[in-house]
Amino acid sequence: MRLNVNGTAREVDAPGDMPLLWVIRDVLGLTGTKFGCGMAQCGACTVHLDGQAVRSCVLPVSAVAGRMVTTIEGLSPDGSHPVQKAWVEADVVQCGYCQPGQIMSAAALIAHNPSPSDDDIDLALAGNICRCGTYQRVREAVRKAAAQRRAER
Amino acid sequence: MTALTRRQLLQRSLLSGAGLFVAFHVPRKARAVPEPAGKQVPHPNAFVRVAPDDTVTVLLAHSEMGQGVWTGLAMLIAEELDCDWSKIHVEHAPAAPVYAHPAFGMQMTGGSTSTWSEFDRYRTAGAMARAMLVDAAAARWKTDPKKLRTESGYVVHGKQRLSYGQLALAAQAQQPPKKVTLKDRKRWKLLGKPTRRLDSPEKVTGKAQFGMDVRFPGLRTALVARSPVFGGKVKSFDAAEAKSVAGVEQVVQIPTGLAVVARDFWSAKRGRDALQIHVDWDLGPGATLDSAALLQDYRDKAKSKGPGIAAQKGDAEAALATAAKRVVAEYDVPYLAHAPMEPLNCAVKLEGGRCEIWTGTQFQTMDQMSAAKIAGVPQENVVIHTQFLGGGFGRRATPSSDFVSEAVHVAKAAGVPVKTVWTREDDIQGGYYRPLFLHRIEVGLDGKGAPVAWKHTIVGQSILAGTPFEQFMVKNGVDATSVEGVTDSPYVEEVPARLITVHSPRTPVPVLWWRSVGNTHTAFAMESIVDELAYAAGRDPLEFRAALLAHKPRHLRALKTAADKAGWAKAPPAGRARGLAVHESFGSIIAQVAEVSVDDDKRIQVHKVTCAVDCGTAINPLGIEAQVQGAVAFGLSAVLHSELTLKDGRVEQSNFHDYRVLRLPDMPEVQVQVLESDAKMGGIGEPATAPISAAVANAVYALTKQRLRSLPLRLAVA
Ligand code: FES
Ligand code: FES
Repeated sequence: MRLNVNGTAREVDAPGDMPLLWVIRDVLGLTGTKFGCGMAQCGACTVHLDGQAVRSCVLPVSAVAGRMVTTIEGLSPDGSHPVQKAWVEADVVQCGYCQPGQIMSAAALIAHNPSPSDDDIDLALAGNICRCGTYQRVREAVRKAAAQRRAER
Repeated sequence: MTALTRRQLLQRSLLSGAGLFVAFHVPRKARAVPEPAGKQVPHPNAFVRVAPDDTVTVLLAHSEMGQGVWTGLAMLIAEELDCDWSKIHVEHAPAAPVYAHPAFGMQMTGGSTSTWSEFDRYRTAGAMARAMLVDAAAARWKTDPKKLRTESGYVVHGKQRLSYGQLALAAQAQQPPKKVTLKDRKRWKLLGKPTRRLDSPEKVTGKAQFGMDVRFPGLRTALVARSPVFGGKVKSFDAAEAKSVAGVEQVVQIPTGLAVVARDFWSAKRGRDALQIHVDWDLGPGATLDSAALLQDYRDKAKSKGPGIAAQKGDAEAALATAAKRVVAEYDVPYLAHAPMEPLNCAVKLEGGRCEIWTGTQFQTMDQMSAAKIAGVPQENVVIHTQFLGGGFGRRATPSSDFVSEAVHVAKAAGVPVKTVWTREDDIQGGYYRPLFLHRIEVGLDGKGAPVAWKHTIVGQSILAGTPFEQFMVKNGVDATSVEGVTDSPYVEEVPARLITVHSPRTPVPVLWWRSVGNTHTAFAMESIVDELAYAAGRDPLEFRAALLAHKPRHLRALKTAADKAGWAKAPPAGRARGLAVHESFGSIIAQVAEVSVDDDKRIQVHKVTCAVDCGTAINPLGIEAQVQGAVAFGLSAVLHSELTLKDGRVEQSNFHDYRVLRLPDMPEVQVQVLESDAKMGGIGEPATAPISAAVANAVYALTKQRLRSLPLRLAVA
């Protein structure tokens, strides 16, 4: 099966019902995308599929053949995406496990909505659980990143 | 910076002759008495290493699980070493005796102790390294070390300067100083300043390596089929169908169940699904467990005093009988899973008489001991590579080393390197919960509304019974973690007649410390009953508390600050009310004011939480703020949502759809005021979790006049 992951065509040998998450992690060895629940409840496994945030733990790999998958590793080569920079600046992370998923959700949000309201932010990230409770700084960082995105345009 | 590059860096510094490293232990009370640093080959027992390329590597005796020790402990060293903060790299230390917790004598992370317990040891390590670098420079320049000063990674003498990297090798030959003088806090440049985390870059790029991310050639993934009921055992099984699943290699029996060993997670998962219907379990007595019945049983027990006498003074019964007013209330809290975001996992490789372990753990020494026993190797041959922890909250500190022991059993039975992975369902249903607790409190007030009698009965499982900690922490049938926050309550210690007793029933449900431990329920009970007493006495909750806490200046200051900042004296916005709570735990005092409303569906909304925290000396205020915000969020999950129930021995919840936790839209604005004080430094990872339950319940009462005494808080829908 052929996948496009982070801009590179990859040939993968995996059963069609294997969720994209496990193809990314176990077959391709990209471990930045996390497993948290396996049932689209926590958002730890969030990646972009053709630019949309999706939960890769419930997406059979057969459904994404030929489509563009972006993982946290592909968001920027060096952590320079405005969302990643805002995250560092706002000192968001704690344990860090949920953060790739939070960041992918936030990046998809501001790509589609450069001026998200607080409600937009709450809605877009409601599916990303953080047990460390970094939510307040997540909100702050998303606002920062959106502002920076707008300034860059 | 990835974990790999950090490792490469470390290797580079080893290969290049290592440079300076400082290894010693600080006797608990004494000043720093160095052990001689090793000569050629660096001893692994090092806290700080200066490499010829100017990098400074800090080795962490504690595990980074979100609480920020990666940054905070590095700050302690950097302050005294006077190095360039941008050149700091941090590593988890290996498991070794030199990294034993200064207060507990074993390598571990917990009890909100990392910063205060390492305050002297890490600063001393930095100061010693600095002294050796200065001595090396003095030898090079043939001058008196006293004439030299240091400045951000350089030793300076007039116009001459040498970088620490240039001096690293020569410094290694210097005798470590017998004694160092630590900086007076007035001269601190870094400590006390809000400092951003050092682990952010790798955590925002997905490069940070958690236990879950460990991969190496030949490593298999295993999922374990465990008994659906606590204490059950495998009676018989047929593995044929599981083995027919593509990718499944073996099914092995271990003490906790059956492990399906496969080439990857998905194969192991499908294999385990196929296996589960072919296992016959001997369920044992756990099969009749019912949490509702258990709570009723606890209620009945609480009617009579418990066998464990935690505190007794005067005649509480007699004082109650003659009191002007009596207030009686029962509070209960359910079983809770920690549900760290990273499900448990542990990779094990047994080879050549060694047992290598890769995992995120809070309990290295216990894990080493358990693994050694199971693998049949000496303890020093158990090598633990501590990975970043995707949350701990206590779950990764099991006295029985449950998830590590199990993984060693699997690797041993399978004969190949194996990483066990828990699914979320395994985690939620796997036990080691915050125990179900019930408090029955009877208080007698005098004519002026002051408490004159306090009878308090606590019912709940002992966390420490049956563990190696039992001998130190369970005395006369009283587990210290069952009563912390009650026996040492400043409200109770002034009451002339009091009786605090404990029932510690045993059940097959494994229980464990959950962020803030006993305070999770004692702060709820204590700060709720005090609120009830205030209303019973017809007094304002703030003024009533302040009167009872007149002998506690730190409590008073926290309380008054939080109340001021929250605008306690002014009316809240329409449709909202405020509640407050103040509680001391882990050596810190925190006061919180919660502002709440109730929506049309009778759901409680928490809008704002104003906190004032006194943790003594504040090392990193930015980190303290994060810990308080996070601890409030963690507590709010339990206040508003989370609950585990058992029926027919089965846990009824399984994943985040029914074991609900706080999500971003529920997150209140949490304001944190850090109150500096000269008091002994306290902890900060846990204290803010404890009082939030009562602060919210008290606010709900103020708003609705419904007194909610069970967690999670649920308003009756009319
Ligand atoms: S792992 Fe996919 S949403 Fe939780
Ligand atoms: S940072 Fe730990 S779960 Fe979000």
